[in-house]
Amino acid sequence: MRFTKDHEWVAVEGDIATVGITAYAAEQLGDVVFVEVPDLGKTVKQGDGLAVVESVKAASDVYAPVSGEVVEANTALGDAPETVNAVPETGGWFARIKLSVPAEVEALMDRDAYEAFLSTL
Amino acid sequence: MSMNSVGRPTRPQTANDGARGPETLTGARGLLQDEALIFERDGWHKTGVDLPEASAPADDLGSLLRTAPIGLPGLSEPEAVRHYVRLSQKNHAIDLALYPLGSCTMKHNPRLNEKVARLPGFADIHPLQPQSTVQGALQLMDRLAHWLKTLTGMPAVALTPKAGAHGEMCGMLTIRAAHEANGQGHRKTVLAPTSAHGTNPATAAFVGYTVVEIAQTLDGRVDLADLESKLGDHVAAIMVTNPNTCGLFERDVVEIARLTHAAGAYFYCDGANFNAIVGRVRPGDLGVDAMHINLHKTFSTPHGGGGPGAGPVVLSEALAAFAPTPWLVHGDDGFALIEHAGEQSAETAFGRMSAFHGQMGMYVRAYAYMLSHGADGLRQVAEDAVLNANYLKARLSDVMSPAFPDGPCMHEALFDDSWLEGTGVTTLDFAKAMIDEGFHPMTMYFPLVVHGAMLIEPTETESKQELDRFVVALRALAAAAKAGDVERFKGAPFHAPMRRLDETLAARKPRLRWKPVAEAPLAAE
Amino acid sequence: MRYLPLTPEDRTEMLGVIGVDSIDALFVDVPASAQRSGTVDLPLHAGELEVEREMAALARRNRAAGDGPFFCGAGAYRHHVPATVDHIIQRSEFLTSYTPYQPEIAQGTLQVLFEFQTQVAALTGMEVANASLYDGSTAAAEAVMMATRVTRRNKAVMSGGLHPHYVETVETLAHAAGVGTQRLAVAIDAEDAVIAAIDADTACVVVQTPNVFGTATDVTKIAAAAQAAGALLIVVTTEVVSLGLLKSPGEMGADIVVAEGQSIGNGLNFGGPYVGLFACKEKYIRQAPGRLCGETVDADGRRGFVLTLSTREQHIRRDKATSNICTNSGLCALAFSIHMSLLGEVGLRQLAAINHAKARALRDALAAVAGVEILTPRFFNEFAIRVPGNAAGIVETLAAHGVIAGVPFSRLDAKAGLDDVLLVAATETTLDIDITVFSKVLAKVIAQ
Repeated sequence: MRFTKDHEWVAVEGDIATVGITAYAAEQLGDVVFVEVPDLGKTVKQGDGLAVVESVKAASDVYAPVSGEVVEANTALGDAPETVNAVPETGGWFARIKLSVPAEVEALMDRDAYEAFLSTL
Repeated sequence: MSMNSVGRPTRPQTANDGARGPETLTGARGLLQDEALIFERDGWHKTGVDLPEASAPADDLGSLLRTAPIGLPGLSEPEAVRHYVRLSQKNHAIDLALYPLGSCTMKHNPRLNEKVARLPGFADIHPLQPQSTVQGALQLMDRLAHWLKTLTGMPAVALTPKAGAHGEMCGMLTIRAAHEANGQGHRKTVLAPTSAHGTNPATAAFVGYTVVEIAQTLDGRVDLADLESKLGDHVAAIMVTNPNTCGLFERDVVEIARLTHAAGAYFYCDGANFNAIVGRVRPGDLGVDAMHINLHKTFSTPHGGGGPGAGPVVLSEALAAFAPTPWLVHGDDGFALIEHAGEQSAETAFGRMSAFHGQMGMYVRAYAYMLSHGADGLRQVAEDAVLNANYLKARLSDVMSPAFPDGPCMHEALFDDSWLEGTGVTTLDFAKAMIDEGFHPMTMYFPLVVHGAMLIEPTETESKQELDRFVVALRALAAAAKAGDVERFKGAPFHAPMRRLDETLAARKPRLRWKPVAEAPLAAE
Repeated sequence: MRYLPLTPEDRTEMLGVIGVDSIDALFVDVPASAQRSGTVDLPLHAGELEVEREMAALARRNRAAGDGPFFCGAGAYRHHVPATVDHIIQRSEFLTSYTPYQPEIAQGTLQVLFEFQTQVAALTGMEVANASLYDGSTAAAEAVMMATRVTRRNKAVMSGGLHPHYVETVETLAHAAGVGTQRLAVAIDAEDAVIAAIDADTACVVVQTPNVFGTATDVTKIAAAAQAAGALLIVVTTEVVSLGLLKSPGEMGADIVVAEGQSIGNGLNFGGPYVGLFACKEKYIRQAPGRLCGETVDADGRRGFVLTLSTREQHIRRDKATSNICTNSGLCALAFSIHMSLLGEVGLRQLAAINHAKARALRDALAAVAGVEILTPRFFNEFAIRVPGNAAGIVETLAAHGVIAGVPFSRLDAKAGLDDVLLVAATETTLDIDITVFSKVLAKVIAQ
């Protein structure tokens, strides 16, 4: 699993990257009440808005940590946004992206680097 | 992931109410009745009005006639009065106690204004009846305009905007029209400080501008160097609140205006905080090009539980010609309205903001308020508002942490939450505990530039006794928080009409109306 | 000064606590160039008696609707408002409270908003409604912007029967936001014409019923055509009392309904403050503008209400908000809700029937005046007539005879070439004698 400074995580299997927000981000956000997942087929570049996650008092853009095409979205979050709080780094994933620039993944932080980054906040 | 607001608990946490005694058997709490919705009273065939019989509708409406039931219950007059009186008793109000919401200017609403607004000559006239029959109304608008222009030192005013945010839109559309007329339509950027009211960026974006934030200095003002570096040929306007949302006067405002004008941009001032300077400082002397004035703040028209407001916009010479219709002009036969852009002298007007001439009911109230105070009274309003805020700041600074301790504040005092660090009590908890002590909380978590912000605006209509009562309460609460009396805060409010409400549940499972088919009661997950 | 509680002694003592010696020291951050020593050039303070005298003098220079025969409509209507309404809205707890941001001490306002939303939804036949907007015209503009978000298309088609001031209000906002608008030729009875104008860029069609000429239209076909083309149908109503008699826009398939709610609970007030009603299908609610009140529970599990889905709004979303609106029209919405509760379905239907009957009586009387032609085929309480000559001139002449005859269409749209068209309305406040006087005076003026 790789991480961004904007608190997204990426897990890659083959050329498919699963994307979500980190446990830290979910904690900071508070109770998630709504998630807007991307449409299938949407192409995103690294850093583009991918999804929107809302708590009662905040709406936050989730940025695409990698470039590619959205091949699957976690529509189950529509009825159960609390999943993002409960299991942010597993069942609370937002979308699966077919990588167009696989090298982007390697440049992201690994868990140790991300933990170290969190300790500076 | 972006985070543009401070995360905070939005559902009740621990609920320790040990000392409050058992719940009542009816759900009432003494004088506070447990009041059902009007839809739950079986009044489907009831009415509280006596109307004459009407003949059956003509058949020329045919299939347009309604056949299905509408689903509107009725109440007899005594039931209606009781329903709404019972509900009213669950509201805090200025008439009840201090309402120190920063940025909101919750001042006393004089009842004389209500009385005169109900004179049939104001309340019972139609916006489109012949202008010869409403000369008094037009004259009132003209006088109100004169007062607003004189108090701000500005040459023109657009009266029609219906609220502060509507005024912002009016100002920004005027600026846009001026740029386009001057061949500057390529300017698409608006600069606004991070501390701005949310309406500023929302308005700028809504009228097609891109918003770039201006940094703030450590003493809570616009960072001039940052502003200068961001100004340029692409900038249409800056939007700066003055006094600003930290409750501070922008010391460098004249220089801010000079830099802005030198870059070919206009200076939009958010006038939400005009109460701090009314009658004492004229925005026109500061280089402002456009500023909305919230009549419901500075000029005491009632907030009414969230409106209606009114947001006239004063304009500089450079912008006046682009103001929206209708325009009020002095004609040969008295006052006249030019109602359409392109007509007569209103050739360059950018268009229309709303169907009619604006919030007449608010104009009447505001004008009565101005006449009551006069030039001398309004100056005293600003001075007492600033005095009251500084007094609170002085009396609370040793127990709470002022965000900007050095120098005076204007009409509101801003604290951060660093003084709560380690207590386990948050700004939100503190606010809810204030409710138990009989006060409405201050504005919380705004401005965004201060952590756990608490923005206190007492206004000039609070007596020293009421301020002292407030100080005693806040000092006692602060002492309790620091002494580890966390339960008092976490479960608060205990004594309000309701306990802390579950906003998370409301947002996850939106129920925005009563439904005829009974739904299972909501319950926290 | 009666509104200022501080005494000179208080002020001195407080300055001492602050640690400064004069009030000027608190204004030290104001640049010297903007410091003023004296008062601005305006009159000094005045007592309540003097103020009331001056305001009454201004009020007397206006001819109130209740002073005699009166037939203006065109977006604002004179109805009788029960005394209870004005009594309740002047209660301190409603009048002098703020937006209910602290729900534990604002349940009064919040429950009213929840009831209001339900009433508006029922009346319009829609699934959900918001807590109100400024007025009908700005609500129409907001609805158009919402349709562009929902459909991700960029053009609005407006019927020729939409109130011209509404058209201008929509144009102002839409053009600023880069949304295209197409307004069809002004027509008394052609709301259906929008169907032919729908194309692949059309986000919405905006029609009005009863329209500005009073014509009532069944919009079912328009809804079907718009939705088949992926566009939304926005239905505008400026006279909500009509919904007591006519089929609701929701029954006819509307996606968004906006209305001017002034007729219920609110006086004419020379054009404001009014109350914009906004209702839509539930699936679009996250794109809706303005405040929403929702049901929830408190820490003890008791039912309560809060403002909800706030992440759409400017104070959180800032430059990505669905609207820049911050206030609603709270007290006017309260007045609407109280009046509607007093009426109930029974009273509203009866009120609507009376309005329609009065308008038919007016039509019959005016149709008998030589030279007058009735233009509106199907109406509720308002219709257009053609008069020989300039309608604005005739209205002025009738005003001099004590009759406020209605609204000349040229006042709303001077370029439509309808200078001889007059819009007239009748409500339950219209007396039979008013109608008689109007038709007699009009006949006399036309004959001259």
